[in-house]
Amino acid sequence: MKENAILEMKAIDKVFPGVLALQGVDFTLCEGEIHALMGENGAGKSTLIKVLTGVYAKDNGQIYLKGYDKPVIIRSPQDAQKMGISTVYQEITLCPNLSVAENMYIGRGKGSGVNWKKMNEDATKILQSLDIPAKADQQLSSCSIAVQQMVAIARAVDMDCKVLILDEPTSSLDEQEVEKLFKLMRDLKARGVGIIFVTHFLDQVYEVCDKITVLRDGKLVGEYEIKDLPRVQLVSKMLGKELDDLSDISGESKKYEAQPGLAPVFEAKQLVSDAGIKPFDFYIQKGEVNGFTGLLGSGRSECVRAIFGADRVLGGNVQKDGKAVKITKPIDAMRNGIGYLPEDRKVDGIVGDLSVRENIILALQVLKGFFRPFSKAEANKFADEYIKLLDIKTASADTPIKSLSGGNQQKVILARWLLTHPDYLILDEPTRGIDVGTKVDIQKLVLKLASEGMSITFISSETDEMLRTCSRMIVMRDRAVVGELTGEELTQSKIMNTIAGGEAKK
Amino acid sequence: MSKIFRNQLFIPIAALLLLAVFNLIADPSFFKITLGYNSAGDPVLSGYLMTILDYGSELAILAIGMTLVTAASGGQDISVGAAIAISGSVVLRVLCGRDHHAETMQAPIIVAFLISCVVAMIFGAFNGALVAFFKIQPMVATLILFTAGRSIAAWINNNELPIVNEISFSYFGGFIPGIPVPTPFFIALACVIVIFLALKFTNLGLYTQSVGINESSSRLNGLNPEFIKFLAFIILGLCVAVAALIKVSRLSTINYSVIAKDIEMDAILAVALGGNALSGGKFNMGASILGAYVIQFLTTTLYKFNVPADALPAYKAVVVILLVVFSAPTVREFFSGLWKKMTKKGVEANAKA
Repeated sequence: MKENAILEMKAIDKVFPGVLALQGVDFTLCEGEIHALMGENGAGKSTLIKVLTGVYAKDNGQIYLKGYDKPVIIRSPQDAQKMGISTVYQEITLCPNLSVAENMYIGRGKGSGVNWKKMNEDATKILQSLDIPAKADQQLSSCSIAVQQMVAIARAVDMDCKVLILDEPTSSLDEQEVEKLFKLMRDLKARGVGIIFVTHFLDQVYEVCDKITVLRDGKLVGEYEIKDLPRVQLVSKMLGKELDDLSDISGESKKYEAQPGLAPVFEAKQLVSDAGIKPFDFYIQKGEVNGFTGLLGSGRSECVRAIFGADRVLGGNVQKDGKAVKITKPIDAMRNGIGYLPEDRKVDGIVGDLSVRENIILALQVLKGFFRPFSKAEANKFADEYIKLLDIKTASADTPIKSLSGGNQQKVILARWLLTHPDYLILDEPTRGIDVGTKVDIQKLVLKLASEGMSITFISSETDEMLRTCSRMIVMRDRAVVGELTGEELTQSKIMNTIAGGEAKK
Repeated sequence: MSKIFRNQLFIPIAALLLLAVFNLIADPSFFKITLGYNSAGDPVLSGYLMTILDYGSELAILAIGMTLVTAASGGQDISVGAAIAISGSVVLRVLCGRDHHAETMQAPIIVAFLISCVVAMIFGAFNGALVAFFKIQPMVATLILFTAGRSIAAWINNNELPIVNEISFSYFGGFIPGIPVPTPFFIALACVIVIFLALKFTNLGLYTQSVGINESSSRLNGLNPEFIKFLAFIILGLCVAVAALIKVSRLSTINYSVIAKDIEMDAILAVALGGNALSGGKFNMGASILGAYVIQFLTTTLYKFNVPADALPAYKAVVVILLVVFSAPTVREFFSGLWKKMTKKGVEANAKA
């Protein structure tokens, strides 16, 4: 083993039926180092981590850990934890119906019985030291997703780990929370913990990491010092080609001119739902791309859910192409030519055990009606067409969607709605947790669809992504619409100011 | 080959073969079918296999509804036996009218059957409403009817035992003159055809599976999950009415506390034996129906070896244990892995040789 390395993985292979998920991947982590693991979806990041934590058994290769003279064999996540490897996964893997303290100590009992008081006290201490806004005896599900994530991290931290793996920990945190997390990561680094950081946010990598290991298609591309690898090169290494797409896409087709005399495709007046948002007005023109922006929990998603009838609509008037319509449940919206890609892909989007084909045709099939199922041939035709069109990477149309990578699942959901040929498509965080390449694909697709006359509402927590696609942005704060920005006003600083409450307050 | 282990039909077919082989070794006469004549002088086939075909058909009909309920709601209806008692009681009430030993029927059989269908569907709707709209766990919701059903059945006929003397009524649970195969088999066949047509020409399958797998995303795709669950319970109600007709026709009367006792457990077992997840979601209707006949095969085998009726559940419990163990994904993976290793070694050995 290399000097001061605490973990070395050598020539790791992992084969899934029909896929070489990892081929001879090497990975080295040193003490007191924050090491980014980068790659597109399906590059093998998650697989590598699952091999390291004992979720999957590796097919070939060795893992060396500091303090063990022989290669270690990690059979289960419990094994990994005992060896000092802790993980915080992308999807929260805690128990929502238990308390925060219980979640921090579950499965770690040392003797018999539980000293509840001591457990709560200990938990409170850790929560306070990490500045996590949660009470030890609070039920976990009553915390926001961000806080739940932090509790998961607190649990890992408290287990005195030597290797901490953070798999997309920041995808649901807002900026301040991310800062807190980074502070925590730096503290741990100073104590000699090695941190493996998996993320899609390039900014964060450059802010906090020391080294980068890039994977592509299950193979190692290379290990780099952060200072030796400028952003553009990182992206090109991840994608496997020199690419300047990110800059390409901006600056074009931003201006939108409404055709005069045409009623808005969709218009809502004083729309309000039971999700706790204040009544809001909204409209979108033909071929326009607009978006809702605001901090986490500002009500962005709740607004579009009200438009789609996903939450119970309590009041307001809605017009589609100038005609008054009633939308109280999703099927009403669908019949009016509205599509909605939900924020939480896993909970609201995919139907996990069904095939990619069934997932693609689902919405159109429901629109067509109970007594008129598509023939096998028709369904296959649709599925194959969209798998090709959106470049969905799947073994076949019969593969269950849950075995696809996140980005490809998202593309399937996108295909589902495109297949219904909506006039108005709502995309709520379509790029969350997916790789750079797919992100660019989706942004391009949005602009292309809009140029063909589709109206699109695009929500993203990455402001620059919205700046690239939207010609008008509706700004939200504390569950109310507080502003609308167009044209020249569409800049980072202006948006931040509006979100923060404008100059008047400061 | 490792694919075979993962196929859903693997378990019921393997169980069937196992039972067949066991009987073949223990006593080959199990498979004997004889052509005889019943008291009315009509030709009938008899033998253990015919018994399986006969009684397994009731179960197959129930398994159809139970599969849909399981898929959509992720739970099971345990009130099926009690609902059969109610439905059968309604048939007799309509046929006999006020006179419990009427010489002639007071209404055509079809009318009695249709009324019992409506009643069974209403009780199905009751269960369905509790599950779908009030979000009560299916087992808890159906516990109500499980407890009260047989009393309601007795109440319908004032706790008397009406007897139908009309010979044509016994055809449904027995034999139609001139046809030596038991009628329940044909009734089950009709039900199976209907459900397969329904699955082919409607979206019943896609919708129930979708709702069972992910209710929230189903709703956002325009489905009405509550209604789909509700519908599944009503379809089960219809299956109950058909099974009840067969049951009361066998005796031409009813015994409220014994009729279709514990049949819900066999129906649930059929669904499980078919390799369907009892937590809902994806299902394979054919496997459930096959599972129903396999259960009956087991029951008949046990009867043949003079296992008393009271001891049956203990033997079935063993089957349940095996079933649960073998359908666990880890065990299946283990076996398909084992098979791979064996074949690999075989290939290597061949190569070396």
